[in-house]
Amino acid sequence: MIAALALIAVITLATAAVAMSLRNLIHSALLLIASWFGIAAFYLWAGAQFVAFAQVLVYVGAVSMVVLFAVLLTRRSRADHVIAPDSLARAVSAVFAGAAVFGVLALAILKTRLAPSTAAAPTATVRDIGTQLMGTHAAALIIMGILLTVALLGAVVIASHDGPESRKDVS
Amino acid sequence: MSPLHLCLLFSSALFCIGLVGALARSNTILVLLGVELMLNAANLNFIAFWRYGPTPSPATGVMFVIFSIAVAAAEAAVGLALIIAVYRHQKSIRLQEANRLKG
Repeated sequence: MIAALALIAVITLATAAVAMSLRNLIHSALLLIASWFGIAAFYLWAGAQFVAFAQVLVYVGAVSMVVLFAVLLTRRSRADHVIAPDSLARAVSAVFAGAAVFGVLALAILKTRLAPSTAAAPTATVRDIGTQLMGTHAAALIIMGILLTVALLGAVVIASHDGPESRKDVS
Repeated sequence: MSPLHLCLLFSSALFCIGLVGALARSNTILVLLGVELMLNAANLNFIAFWRYGPTPSPATGVMFVIFSIAVAAAEAAVGLALIIAVYRHQKSIRLQEANRLKG
């Protein structure tokens, strides 16, 4: 049980860390897909199957494609996906900031005495989730639908700005 | 150390990797991916507390994560559309060069 969690954690963290440090954008995006798979595996490990498959559908399926399209649409030449190195001072200070935040968080977690769960593991079948979505959380579901519609329409409007100046730029 | 502690440590490590990526990189796409990693780390916490929390509830944590994933998808779509719009104007997606408000 714990060994499986450790394995999932190591794979997810390693792929995420390597993805954040590579200079090839496409390699970074592919490694992040592996990291999202690891997160889905964690959800499966914790017994939240529906969330795991939602994670695979949304992140591994949709967001990764959008990211790859963005990488391909924002390069000037065929070899442009290798980005220039970032400034070393910024990288070092960012690593220091991240390590400090992790130190604080880890200390707080390890100092906290969390009550061990005595009850059995909760189960959330798809039927439960559907009943709750249509019953208790119906208003949130509707608002989420409106939010997604507005956000995606807005994304299309932002990305397809076709005014006279930009048309001159493109041609 | 209980499994809950391990889950929380895992998610905070993932959060910090995302934070370092968002702070250190100057490529806009990588910054957005760092933000996505931080969002995912928050989702891990929801599931961990749902699974090992002191008062188990039927499906509250799962509901939270589903809505959070939906918001994250909307955020990713809008963010990448903004990146494409910035690239149209600046011909570059480096953050240092995107320093003008006028198009």
